[in-house]
Amino acid sequence: MTDQRAERILEAVWRMEAARIIGGVTRLVRDVSVAEDLAQETLVTALERWREEGIPENPGAWLMAAAKNRAIDSLRRRGMMERKAAELADAVPSSGGSGEAAEEAVLAALEDDGGDDVLRLMFVACHPVLSTEARVALTLRLLGGLTTDEIARAFLVPEPTIAQRIVRAKRTLTAARVPFEVPKGSELGARLSAVLEAVYLIFNEGYAATKGDAWVRPELCEDALRLGRSLAELVPDEPEVHGLVSLMEIQASRTQARQGPTGEPILLLDQDRSHWDELLIRRGLDALGRAEAIGGAYGPYTLQAAIAACHARARTAAETDWVRIVALYDGLVALTGSPVVELNRAVAVAMAFGPEAGLEIADRLAADSVLESYHLLPSVRGDLLEKLGRKDEARAEFERAAFLAKNTRERTLLLGRAKAL
Amino acid sequence: MRFMMLIIPKGYEKAAPGTFPEAKDVEPMMRYNESLRKAGVLLALDGLHPPSMGARVSFKGGKSSVVDGPFAEAKEVVGGYWMIQAKSREEAIEWARRCPAGDTETIEVRQVQELSDFPEDVRQVVGKEFKASAP
Repeated sequence: MTDQRAERILEAVWRMEAARIIGGVTRLVRDVSVAEDLAQETLVTALERWREEGIPENPGAWLMAAAKNRAIDSLRRRGMMERKAAELADAVPSSGGSGEAAEEAVLAALEDDGGDDVLRLMFVACHPVLSTEARVALTLRLLGGLTTDEIARAFLVPEPTIAQRIVRAKRTLTAARVPFEVPKGSELGARLSAVLEAVYLIFNEGYAATKGDAWVRPELCEDALRLGRSLAELVPDEPEVHGLVSLMEIQASRTQARQGPTGEPILLLDQDRSHWDELLIRRGLDALGRAEAIGGAYGPYTLQAAIAACHARARTAAETDWVRIVALYDGLVALTGSPVVELNRAVAVAMAFGPEAGLEIADRLAADSVLESYHLLPSVRGDLLEKLGRKDEARAEFERAAFLAKNTRERTLLLGRAKAL
Repeated sequence: MRFMMLIIPKGYEKAAPGTFPEAKDVEPMMRYNESLRKAGVLLALDGLHPPSMGARVSFKGGKSSVVDGPFAEAKEVVGGYWMIQAKSREEAIEWARRCPAGDTETIEVRQVQELSDFPEDVRQVVGKEFKASAP
């Protein structure tokens, strides 16, 4: 057994099992922080043993069993074994007792329960006591099975920053005694929104990197999609989960068309639609169908997915149903009141009813100065002014947009447009 | 990365038209599919009717010719596939290893070629091909 092979297989299996293992152990020890430490210790042991003895027949089950044993040792060390068994005895009358019986009861309670532990873990990782940044880092770490180093590289921040963020987040969860459960009743909606938000933030950081030289980091998009698809199976009755999955599938379908040979961004309407991924489009439209089938008013993700679907269904940019897109944006503005969404509505209005009508909305946004430092406002205004033949004003707007853009690729594109005028 | 897991059931090359797996074998397979779905890795899957219901089209000498199934020369045939998204070849293999397949079945794990894998000149042709075929 070569060392590297054991390491690569362990890495793969860990990605597949991290959420289930950490979730299962958390249910037992009632503390994410302790559970994650136990899981990490298990990984170290696994690597040593697999190198020496070869890869076990069922590496996933091996890891799960090893983590459970560690959890039981930990409970025993802390003198919690009997209490734990008593706790379980309350829930399951036939279990309980002491010694071996207690251990068996605890083990039985750790059996896979069809993904509930994973779902509980998602709600804990995205708990409102945590900052948004912490939720994102913790979600990737606990649910995605990424290392702190991988998270740091994905978000272009130093490794110690992420490590510290995760340590602090775990401490916060412990201090707040966040229960390991799926929220019920009226709380569920808000808590689910926080989970969806974290997943979409991960997706977006991969899809439209806010910093650095690369415009897209597809690996992050894939991590987010995986989390979203998994979530859609765990809470299948929530339309917004399917809305988010639909939105991500359709956006991801354009990944290959969004950048040119040297990595420069290509805008939606200029993209070669033959490079859109048919499989992901189909999955996206299916997910939108699932959201719609559940019924009720469209939530923000479903609305965005419906807009994305309008583009996905159009064989050419000219065939886009802009009037429907405007109507969907009207709904989204009413729901979110977001100026960024209003800016997108301006673009759609310009496409449906002419640049003048769109510019009117963009100008109003500029006058409000809420989007002062947002590079896409001058970028949109530049585009509309150019279409109206107001070249000097357009050039000034593109230059302003380039000045505000943080991504190198985007800046180059904007400066190019200014120069072309 | 995308991988295709192709299941090759021994004997399927000679199976009669309308052959289906037995209900007792389908159940664990459904549970397996569910586990792939719950993990968020499953992109698509299908089972294929036996070759006795299909045909082979070959192109010798620039001319197409058709032979109806079953195919006497076929030693093994594909019975179905899963398309999954995985981070690595190792992960795809681990998913395949978890399949509750029978004694006579084999799963072949193959990476799917994606547009980004192609060199730029091929990418360009791929784009043009699609455009030329659009009505």
